[in-house]
Amino acid sequence: MAALDQTQVKEGVDQETVDAVREVGAYKYGWDTDIEMEYAPKGVNPDIVRLISEKNEEPEWMTEWRLAAFERWTQMKEPKWAMVHYPEIDFQDQYYYARPKSMETKPKSLDEVDPKLLATYEKLGIPLKEQMILAGVEGAEDAPAEGRKVAVDAVFDSVSVGTTFQEELKKHGVIFCSISEAIREHPELVKKYLGSVVPVSDNFYATLNSAVFSDGSFVYVPPGVRCPMELSTYFRINAENTGQFERTLIIADKGSYVSYLEGCTAPQRDTAQLHAAVVEIIVEEDAEVKYSTVQNWFPGDENGKGGIYNFVTKRADCRGDRSKVMWTQVETGSAVTWKYPSCILRGDDSQGEFYSIAITNNMQQADTGTKMIHLGKNTKSRIVSKGISAGKAQNTYRGLVSMHPKAKNSRNYTQCDSLLIGDKCGAHTVPYIEVRNNSSRCEHEATTSKVDDDQLFYCRQRGMDEEEAVALVVNGFCKDVLQALPMEFAMEAQQLVAISLEGSVG
Amino acid sequence: MALPEAKQSPTEARLASLSLPTAGCTRDAREAALARVREMGLPGRRDEYWKYTRPDTLIQPEAPKAAVFTADEPLMFDQIDRLKIVFVDGVFSPEASDDLSLEGVQIERLEDICCKDFHWAKELYGVLEARGQNPVPRPLAALNTAFAADGVAIHVTGKPSKPICLIYKHESETSDAILHHVIRVESGAEVTILENGPAASRFNKCMEIDVADGGTLHHVRAQGRDHERRAATHMFTRLGEKSVYKSFTLTVNGVLTRNEQVVELTGDEGVAHVSGACVGDGDFLHDDTVFITHDAVNCESRQVFKKVLRNGATGVFQGKILVKEGAQKTDGYQISQSLLLDDDSQFLAKPELEIYADDVACSHGSTSGAIDETALFYLRSRGVPEKDATNMLTLAFLAEAVDEIEDPALVEDIVARLQGWLARRS
Repeated sequence: MAALDQTQVKEGVDQETVDAVREVGAYKYGWDTDIEMEYAPKGVNPDIVRLISEKNEEPEWMTEWRLAAFERWTQMKEPKWAMVHYPEIDFQDQYYYARPKSMETKPKSLDEVDPKLLATYEKLGIPLKEQMILAGVEGAEDAPAEGRKVAVDAVFDSVSVGTTFQEELKKHGVIFCSISEAIREHPELVKKYLGSVVPVSDNFYATLNSAVFSDGSFVYVPPGVRCPMELSTYFRINAENTGQFERTLIIADKGSYVSYLEGCTAPQRDTAQLHAAVVEIIVEEDAEVKYSTVQNWFPGDENGKGGIYNFVTKRADCRGDRSKVMWTQVETGSAVTWKYPSCILRGDDSQGEFYSIAITNNMQQADTGTKMIHLGKNTKSRIVSKGISAGKAQNTYRGLVSMHPKAKNSRNYTQCDSLLIGDKCGAHTVPYIEVRNNSSRCEHEATTSKVDDDQLFYCRQRGMDEEEAVALVVNGFCKDVLQALPMEFAMEAQQLVAISLEGSVG
Repeated sequence: MALPEAKQSPTEARLASLSLPTAGCTRDAREAALARVREMGLPGRRDEYWKYTRPDTLIQPEAPKAAVFTADEPLMFDQIDRLKIVFVDGVFSPEASDDLSLEGVQIERLEDICCKDFHWAKELYGVLEARGQNPVPRPLAALNTAFAADGVAIHVTGKPSKPICLIYKHESETSDAILHHVIRVESGAEVTILENGPAASRFNKCMEIDVADGGTLHHVRAQGRDHERRAATHMFTRLGEKSVYKSFTLTVNGVLTRNEQVVELTGDEGVAHVSGACVGDGDFLHDDTVFITHDAVNCESRQVFKKVLRNGATGVFQGKILVKEGAQKTDGYQISQSLLLDDDSQFLAKPELEIYADDVACSHGSTSGAIDETALFYLRSRGVPEKDATNMLTLAFLAEAVDEIEDPALVEDIVARLQGWLARRS
């Protein structure tokens, strides 16, 4: 964008237009907040684990749980099977805990939170005041007061800054708070469910997370309750050389429903940063959980410098009969993505769905997909994955569909499509299909293609420029997934799809 | 890098049971292959490429026993006019074989070329196998190159009037056969290679095929019916410009079969079709592992694999299309389907695409399930007994793969064999 800075503004073109154009091309969230931070010493060892536990004022059992996880982690090896390449990560050259100094004493309400922090979220379009609607939806300001409400838990580096609408949610019996608060206030729930979906020693990054997770969100929806509003978490990495390790635990008790949104951004920095999160979802009988993510971590510059290494473990356990979970993700950011939101379909008639758009441009690498483990009878799963690769990026879909012998009459449908823009990028598909009974049906389809010349020509003929035309075709390609997103996210995602591909044409 | 102990000891144990043939022009290739085996180690249970197939019995020093199957049915391809090359338990049998001279082709025993200093086969023996070790190691093929006891070199310079048929007879209960063939098809030449028979109680076969620009090779194979036999086969094929390679494999029983096909399209407008049909009953594992590399423009590749499984049989498919940077206008297709006739059988598939070029059309599909109830109902409502209807639908399911064979006489033979299998079971 340097060229634009020196551009002489022509007569008749106002500054606003120039700014708008500039914003479109660059990573919009690349700025940082100048705020006094408090760090734990660099590196990870039992003392750091204890320190994090202490900072969160955790009970003894939690500290022990973390230390056991750390012990396991030291014996584990970093996984190398994914189709991603990055320089060796020095796990001792990172900060594992960073929090704004102003958060030292827990603010009792949002009014006590450092205005600088609130301003950060304001700038990101995430209002922490109890407003009705997330920014980005046109006409939101004029919406009637009873419009769509979204409760937000904002996580800034290692700590949760605040959670909105807690009181109103409480009236319905819904618990929505930071995980550190949940450990203190609802230990019986945390003890029962934490690590029950993603076991402590599940994989290298999940184990590291179990040892050093600093904060995250906790949701409990009691039996029969339909959560009155969308819940969301917004993750922001701000500090340099700091890893973010958050932990999310969502419990949907019998017959309940919750829709959960997750967004993430980080400043533009030259050095790569680590993000290793764990999300666990427990879905009881007849309950339904919708989990949507728009992942827009800093992807690194066009030469692959900087960016976030996003190594995430997400898993939902459909324990009860007729339970349902739906993962929707739009992955546009991160230098390296390693993420496989999965469903364990344990209850009879349970359902799992996975909708994904993964866009990689420049030097980005994404290895993402899902696992559908069918254990119960009559279980259904559906996978729709759209991978778009541009520049010199590599995009891999990796998934597993497993039908166990007892999962009679189960059904799976998988569709993975890849779109290539440019001749230097790559798109790969690595599905594993394991069918162990004959009453189940499993279908897998995958295609790889490029943006169709006829479609481009049609759009161009009608006066669109090439980039607009490509964006339109790509949005059409992603339609199946975009439609599965909640409205607020769908708007943002659609814009992101276009922005992520800027400069990849011509 | 030294091998981990878990790999080194079974590898060394297997190597200790074999000895390197001494003389001849393949000596260097054999020594290099032995070094490759030592570097890679023989496959182990924890190898990703052997995720669904346990290699233990393929690498243990002694071949497991396999009873010789005697049937009164005619030999496969018997009514087809062909040039027979017979191996008994992995050893060439001049008495049972035809005279090896045929116009347009030159056939020599591996043993005979070994004493010649200069021979075309020297440029091929172990060369394509070594190329095929990257990016995925195939140690059993390297083991074959090093220790192959017999085999033929086939040089196709014209269009021979009849197919060349390699017949593998199995006579001893504990035979352990290692065969290695090299085939070169010259520019504009065309040949059909047939293979049939169980070969041995344990069979390791490697075939290296080099098809020059404009050459054509058809390959049809029927793997023998001995219930307890084990086989690991590799076919490494390199294709030049406008060349054609079409290979079909029929597998009827056998306790363990691993068929690897490694095809490299190196010239523009090449065509590679690899297909297979297998029917398995009971203690049966059949693994098709295919790796097709597109390294030129305008090439076409097609993989069609169908499996019918019952009584706890297992079908495995690992297929991959790799399109290298610059291999534009690639047309890649891959389909793997299984029909599970009962609830104990299983199908495990890993159909992969790895693509580095944008102007390509690649697709793959994989399905698995039981016989379609509505189709069955349709047939029954028209008076077809259930068993016949099931057989009819099973055969129709396999037809897409069998249709890949161009010669109608061969199709007839294959279909007859499949019908026999179905009839015996209903």
